[in-house]
Amino acid sequence: MFATLRNWFDERFDWDDLIAPLRHKTVPTHHLSYWYFLGGITLFLFGIQVATGILLLLYYRPGANEAFESVQYIMTQVRFGWLIRSIHSWSANLMIFTAFAHMFSVLFLKAYRKPRELTWVSGMLLLFLVMGFGFSGYLLPWNTLAFFATKVGTEITGQVPIMGKPMMIFLRGGEEVTGATLTRFFGFHVAVLPGLATVLLLLHLLLVQRLGISVPPKVEVQWTANPSAKREMTFFPNFLLREMMAWYVALGVLGVLAAVFPWNLGVKADPFVPAPAGIKPEWYFLFMFQTLKLIPSKVWFIDGEVLGVLAFGLVGLLWLMLPFFESDQPSNMKRWITGLAVFVLAYVAGMSVYGHFAK
Amino acid sequence: MMTPNPPCPRERADINADQRFESGNTRRRWIGIFLGGGLLASFASFIYPVLRYLIPPPVADLGGDEIVASKVAELKPNSAKIFRFGNRPGLLIMNSDGTYRALSATCTHLGCTVQYRSDLRQIWCACHNGIYDLNGRNVSGPPPRPLAVFDVHLRGDEIVVTRKREA
Repeated sequence: MFATLRNWFDERFDWDDLIAPLRHKTVPTHHLSYWYFLGGITLFLFGIQVATGILLLLYYRPGANEAFESVQYIMTQVRFGWLIRSIHSWSANLMIFTAFAHMFSVLFLKAYRKPRELTWVSGMLLLFLVMGFGFSGYLLPWNTLAFFATKVGTEITGQVPIMGKPMMIFLRGGEEVTGATLTRFFGFHVAVLPGLATVLLLLHLLLVQRLGISVPPKVEVQWTANPSAKREMTFFPNFLLREMMAWYVALGVLGVLAAVFPWNLGVKADPFVPAPAGIKPEWYFLFMFQTLKLIPSKVWFIDGEVLGVLAFGLVGLLWLMLPFFESDQPSNMKRWITGLAVFVLAYVAGMSVYGHFAK
Repeated sequence: MMTPNPPCPRERADINADQRFESGNTRRRWIGIFLGGGLLASFASFIYPVLRYLIPPPVADLGGDEIVASKVAELKPNSAKIFRFGNRPGLLIMNSDGTYRALSATCTHLGCTVQYRSDLRQIWCACHNGIYDLNGRNVSGPPPRPLAVFDVHLRGDEIVVTRKREA
């Protein structure tokens, strides 16, 4: 039965030829191989986001008068609605975490170097998109925290010279954060970003497939010197089965988090009440938020906020271009890039912790 | 130097290997059953909440059994109005002789909302040309059943409609 179906496809699409590259695909085996799982786990969590996101769309209603109530309805009336929403929120946070971890692992294992520059660039763009997903999705329940986070976030966009103000108005759908902003963010979150993410994801996976899995420079040097030490496993089924075990564990963690710590809904947004004390963005924006808070209001003759925003923009752009500064000789890696990576990781982690505990 | 293996030990070794294979095979099968069963059970536990989630919770019919359908002054003889009865529309008709009649306005054919035709003195469904008489009986067209009829009485200047009690 299965064989008949398979032959039917093979006759028409030359199925065997199509999946031949997958059969030959191998994954290098060495003491750092575990880091190869992170991209796959991120992909899995993205799948969870798509599935639970579609489920939430069955009951969610955008609009300032309905959004909060509809999420409340999902969480109190719809069977297992609280679970689906909690999984969506937790999975979003875990996905951003694993995406960051994936990025840093690629950085430390030097997997971005030639010929994988574009894999890095597409991955970085995906990371920015994921943060965009987080930022736009956060507003959708239309609660007080989300309302003010969006106000501050879009206000920061407004600080960019020349381009800033029009961009802010574009994002907000007007001068202020209103129901119009919610409508836009909903559109970005469920249509624009998923479309872009799908295209970039396919490109990213195609590049990974085409270029194969990178071997860290030190291991590569060893293997070149002593080819008999080279170890590999086939991607299908050996690596995939291991990856699926990791997915299963991720699903377990997700289920526990969602069931034991269900996500809060908070209080409905009201534009005419003061912002609550101790208001903070989501943790993945905290390092930027805290930095902006620490910059004095005037540095020389430039506004502190403007300086901060420009600096982050510049760092982001350089980060995107990082592979192009790296040497293509595995024995001659640029030490300053590793140093920079350590510094940035320490800075992001330190500022996030500081931001979390700062008043 | 070729020496033939003594037959006996060789055969015993083969038997042992066969036995090992047999017992290994059953053990493997049991492990497979437990692992597969566990996985299936866990997938069922993922799917179950999703299936329950897909079914929308029942909407409470907040209409009750009685509603003020209209004020007396709102209706002229040989006219009608649609009123809300819970989540569904009702049709209140004032006959030419000044009596009232209230019926469900949901066509029994495919659920369109019916209307009163003052020219025909009948109830008409525009969707598939179904016609009911003023008692709600389906007289022509596709409707399979009569419309539900409600009780009407006056309370001061209000026209009150109640569901008929099940006899």
